[in-house]
Amino acid sequence: MSADNAHDGVTHHAPGDHAPEHGHGDHDEHGPASGMMRWITTTNHKDIGSLYLWFSLIMFFIGGAMALVIRAELFQPGIQIVDPMFFNSMTTMHALVMIFGVVMPAFVGLANWMIPMMIGAPDMALPRLNNWSFWIMPFAFAILLSTLFMDSGGPAGGWTLYPPLSLQMGDSFAFVIFAIHFMGISSVMGSINIVATIFNMRAPGVTFMKMPMFVWTWLITAYLLIATIPVLAGAVTMLLTDRYFGTSFFSAAGGGDPVMFQHIFWFFGHPEVYILILPAFGIISSIIPTFARKPLFGYDSMVYATASIAFLSFIVWAHHMFTTGMPLAGSLFFMMSTMLISVPTGVKVFNWVATMWRGAMTFETPMLFAIGFVIMFTIGGLSGLMLAITPADIQYHDTYFVVAHFHYVLVPGAIYSIMAATYYWLPKWTGNMYDETLGKWHFWISTVFVNVLFFPMHFVGLAGMNRRIPDYSLQFADWNMVASIGAFGFGFSQLLFVWIVIKCVRGGKKATAEVWEGARGLEWTVPSPAPYHTFETAPDITKHMVR
Amino acid sequence: MSSPSADAYYVPHAARWPIVGSIGLFVFFWGFANWLNDRPLGKETFFLGVIVLVVMMFGWFGTVIRESESGTYNGQVDTSFRMCMMWFIFSEVMFFAAFFGALFYARVFSGPWLGGDGGGGAGVTNEVLYQGFNYVWPSNGPDRIGGEFMQMGWFGLPLINTLLLLTSGLTCTFAHHAIRHGERKKMVKWLAATCALGFIFVGLQAYEYYHAYHGLNLKMSSGIYGSTFFMLTGFHGFHVTMGAIMLLVVMFRGMKSHFTANNHFAFEAAAWYWHFVDVVWLGLFVFVYLL
Repeated sequence: MSADNAHDGVTHHAPGDHAPEHGHGDHDEHGPASGMMRWITTTNHKDIGSLYLWFSLIMFFIGGAMALVIRAELFQPGIQIVDPMFFNSMTTMHALVMIFGVVMPAFVGLANWMIPMMIGAPDMALPRLNNWSFWIMPFAFAILLSTLFMDSGGPAGGWTLYPPLSLQMGDSFAFVIFAIHFMGISSVMGSINIVATIFNMRAPGVTFMKMPMFVWTWLITAYLLIATIPVLAGAVTMLLTDRYFGTSFFSAAGGGDPVMFQHIFWFFGHPEVYILILPAFGIISSIIPTFARKPLFGYDSMVYATASIAFLSFIVWAHHMFTTGMPLAGSLFFMMSTMLISVPTGVKVFNWVATMWRGAMTFETPMLFAIGFVIMFTIGGLSGLMLAITPADIQYHDTYFVVAHFHYVLVPGAIYSIMAATYYWLPKWTGNMYDETLGKWHFWISTVFVNVLFFPMHFVGLAGMNRRIPDYSLQFADWNMVASIGAFGFGFSQLLFVWIVIKCVRGGKKATAEVWEGARGLEWTVPSPAPYHTFETAPDITKHMVR
Repeated sequence: MSSPSADAYYVPHAARWPIVGSIGLFVFFWGFANWLNDRPLGKETFFLGVIVLVVMMFGWFGTVIRESESGTYNGQVDTSFRMCMMWFIFSEVMFFAAFFGALFYARVFSGPWLGGDGGGGAGVTNEVLYQGFNYVWPSNGPDRIGGEFMQMGWFGLPLINTLLLLTSGLTCTFAHHAIRHGERKKMVKWLAATCALGFIFVGLQAYEYYHAYHGLNLKMSSGIYGSTFFMLTGFHGFHVTMGAIMLLVVMFRGMKSHFTANNHFAFEAAAWYWHFVDVVWLGLFVFVYLL
């Protein structure tokens, strides 16, 4: 096909043009368009996946810089660097940025890149909607981050936005609420697209129980997102009307109840934490079999465990609220249901370990991150089990023990899985091998510092140090200093990650199609780098599926 | 479907409308937030955003309609669209669930606790903060926020509105049967009836609000009762308006000879949406008006 024809292929299908007489088999042989408009108007799942991943990486450093402001202030007791209001807006923004701007977009980016290739589809089911889902994100975060520069400052009442505190915010309150609505639109559209892709775009023969675990976990994650993001939208809408339209949802004086907000918020919030970890489970379930050179142990039980976790996530929300004075029956129910989650989670950890058992293991960077995930996520899971116990939680509530817990599941958990996925699939994306030596350095430096950063928070938390306060009593000074050193070490070592990625994009040892010796699955049957369009005709899946 | 693309999934290229949509939403939200804070040009920016969004919808839907009418899509694309609409409606269900949840929580738990029921810690608020407050639904709370008001009854307008919406569900189904038999003119007629019923519903709802504000002193600021009443019925009314506009567009398309007996996804999507607002209304009628 000549260059002219290739160009033709693009314009035939530009919006507004309708030229059905052109066959659709040939139009996809063109490469990407050039210039900025390629990225703004792209409908290609790989382009959009890359956009999501780069966006997430940029936000990772913005959110990380906020974390470093927090740790710099907490390096010593007393107020040194920032005023308390700004400190609080840093804790709030750090959370919002890391959750909605880093982990979620990174997972959506991975889903975009990998799901169509894993199920043998030509693209996502709704490519234009896919473009919109991404291009909402920069605008939504422009609104959110702009509040930091407004007179009344950024949101400072915590990312959970509990009333009545959050309602006392200044004018920027409305901007924060709308930023959340805005991101929510993106999440719901992105999730609908993923569900439609998985249900409707599988190549013949890719049955549900043959899908790679990453596809399964994303299917369930997308369901959780569609079910809960609208509930968050409802909750923040009620905040908005309480603040600006005189309603009394969260005011006892008007017959409402501030605790009601917590119920509605955490009905979203708890499934949300599984949204942040289920795709990670899928990634780890892809990587460990490759480097153990064994099929995933207990595939079926992995699927059922993921589904059970998703179901349970809807009936555990009030374990975030044990200190609100819930009736005893409520406390008991939410304590029991929460502890039940450790059963399917335990199944997963068991299966990962059993997959490695007597495997022909090698320890390339993705595998190191995956093993780091299994160990450190389990630490976070166990402290979660401690927090599930109501009487104990009343002691731990709002202390650094909680901070330690959720950072263990999110940083060496979710973030490590994203790092692992990046190293694992980077050769497939770029066609080049990343620098293995630097990758291993990145893993070991990160792992040392991440533990220096978060492990001491268990101690100060159990000793009673409160979260979200810029000052603390003298007895917590030593461990806070240690944690801050870990924070700066961890933060700056991520620059190494950026360097490795850029280096790999620009060149390196050429990767083979299979990349990894033990890799199974359709994505490894296409050349590296993956062509701009893959599987325009459905592949023969018999030899290549994971199972 | 016998289009040339029957064997390959249609992947569109170079989508220009999404970025317009993002800019439109940005301007919309930015303007709305400024408007709420009484900042200059807030209202104007808000309406500019609305205009951009309307233009985006015209352009984007127009593109998709042209592609559909020219036979670009195959059955698989149609299935993607259907799934998209179903899951979108599910997300809308969950949005309403948040507000219904608030209503149930206030009525079943927090309201009685404010009145001293429930024993244990629950009575403490009443004893310490609102001693002597006797909780009865409808309530505007111990501070009687918004002053004395009267409850919206169910017998008059709400009952008529219920009958209107149920009838419109029926006429919508008649329209569906008509297009299934390829009778486009009949479909347009029944759709016209459906839209008319929908818009009458919205009109009566507006009259009900007027009556609430001026006759009953029932306002959005009338405590938890006013909050739940107006937010639930208000969002529902907004969805009815959207659904009626969708049906109206489908009707106009029918007048331009769009849709065949086998290819009328847009009709079905709008019809599903219409039945969804219908079901939400039944929930509202029972839990907001009757009980």
